[in-house]
Amino acid sequence: MKVAEIFKGPFLLPSFFAVLTILFPFLFSNYYVGLVIQIFIMAIFAMSLDILVGHTGLPSMGHAAYYGVAGYATGFLCLAGVKNFWLVVVLGMGLGGLTAAFFGLLAIRARGPYFMLITLALSQVLWGIAFKWRSVTKGDDGLPGIGRPEIGMGIDLKPDLYFYYFTFAIFLIVLVALFILLNSPFGYTLRGIRESESRMKALGYNVWLYKYVGFIFAGIFAGISGALWVYYSGFVNPSNFGVDLSVKALLMLILGGSGSLFGPSIGAGIIVLLENLVSGFTERWSLVLGIVYVTVIMLFSEGIFSVFKRGRN
Amino acid sequence: MAFWIIQILNGLSFSMLLFLVAAGFTLIFGLMKIINIAHGSFYLLSAYIGLTVLRATENFLLATIASSIAVVLVGIAMQSLFLRRFYMKELQQVLLTFGFVLIIADLCLWIWGGNPMALPKPSLFRGSIWIGSVVFPSYRLFVILVGVIIAVGLWIFQEKTKFGAIVRAGVDDEEMLRGSGINIQMVFVGVFGLGALLAGIGGMIGGPFVGVFPGVDISMLLLALVVVIIGGVGSLRGAFVGSLFVGLTDNFGKALFPELSLFTLFAPMAIILAIRPTGIFGKIEE
Repeated sequence: MKVAEIFKGPFLLPSFFAVLTILFPFLFSNYYVGLVIQIFIMAIFAMSLDILVGHTGLPSMGHAAYYGVAGYATGFLCLAGVKNFWLVVVLGMGLGGLTAAFFGLLAIRARGPYFMLITLALSQVLWGIAFKWRSVTKGDDGLPGIGRPEIGMGIDLKPDLYFYYFTFAIFLIVLVALFILLNSPFGYTLRGIRESESRMKALGYNVWLYKYVGFIFAGIFAGISGALWVYYSGFVNPSNFGVDLSVKALLMLILGGSGSLFGPSIGAGIIVLLENLVSGFTERWSLVLGIVYVTVIMLFSEGIFSVFKRGRN
Repeated sequence: MAFWIIQILNGLSFSMLLFLVAAGFTLIFGLMKIINIAHGSFYLLSAYIGLTVLRATENFLLATIASSIAVVLVGIAMQSLFLRRFYMKELQQVLLTFGFVLIIADLCLWIWGGNPMALPKPSLFRGSIWIGSVVFPSYRLFVILVGVIIAVGLWIFQEKTKFGAIVRAGVDDEEMLRGSGINIQMVFVGVFGLGALLAGIGGMIGGPFVGVFPGVDISMLLLALVVVIIGGVGSLRGAFVGSLFVGLTDNFGKALFPELSLFTLFAPMAIILAIRPTGIFGKIEE
């Protein structure tokens, strides 16, 4: 294969983005570097939710639960003096997965809107606990002063520039891991369940178990994003469990297109940019964002690319 | 003994407030399968509008009527202009209603500011009543009474009126209802308006003792969710029983273990979900 061929066809766009991402900090100011860090983290979060929404057909409305659990774990560990990133992130993933394992037992049996209702309620309860249990979580104030972790190899993550490349690397690892997971027989089974649960049952698959394991995987990957976010922002508070976060991830999936590899990341990019753009020029950004949500759904409810598809047909 | 009587009455009055909010939520969900995240926003909006009218007129009844009309109009507009286009598309509905949460919350913050406020009680119920040896604010008893009256009213509406029969038929088999020549869109709008009205009355009734402040919309939504999950989604009876349970548990939880009050709600919810995923009075899916 010639070198030129690699840059044709399906590899063109990803390699363009890869080059752009690597050069980005040299072209733009620190503010924009921070924005892209946020996009990476939110993309991991949205991708983890897409295991459920796009691939299994389980519209979870409480995905912030695992993000928040991992975030608080990161906060507590950091304040207790644990600096090692790998230890923290493995624990965060483990706790995210464990929470999902517990919530999954309660939620998976329900379907459609009932499933949404239960996942929403379970995550909201965690929000309430973080809010009310002041002696441990400091309530609304949250836990501030969480420093960047150490990853060994003599790299200091304190400057945003290094943290940028670090989150980019983690993002790529998650992307590859999810690609492998979702193109494995397991991933195909999940999509089979999405298309027809009864048929998969008739074929002898243990549908419940597949859904349950998918649910736990989603929690584990959400845990990575939760830990990264707390390291990036330096604090954790009940809003890490917020319904707005869970809903925002769903909006990312709808916008970017769920059930695809890059869709969630594109949605995450659009939403993060939009949020920062709006909050940059008006104090009433929450109001404007609400209007943006409504407008987006009214115009692009089948995804931002649906407009092009419509044109083509 | 006095402690228990006061706590039980407090819990009951809170239960009745929860019932008002949860009943509207469960009616909307039962018929249209819409998870209305903006349901708590009706509470918020109604309480603020009521507060403004109260300050101007000092008439609680007038304030209730004004705020009710306002939230019903908002609810009807939400259903007929926006949600209607996304019938049975749960994700889109959820995102739309969340957009309304942001819009209503920020508008309220803009207009009324961020300080917690309480509605003045209606002049008739400012005093206290002796129950045996216990002094108890009469307003709380009034709340219990209102809750019971509305619960009975809803029961009569659902079981004895034609519109109630149409709604019940819609919950069971919406396609057949359409086929029998009923204008289902009108039914949807009506039920959405009724749900908004109930949450709005909740805002007026709860305003004097829970108060109104940014964030109360999401707290009310959370409690309503727990209520309907315990009682069974779509069932008014379930909403009533669930409200009693949650109101009393929450009240005793707050009184006995202030910081852990949400665990005392969470544990029963988890147990009920484990035993009966559709709640105590919910229909069992096949």
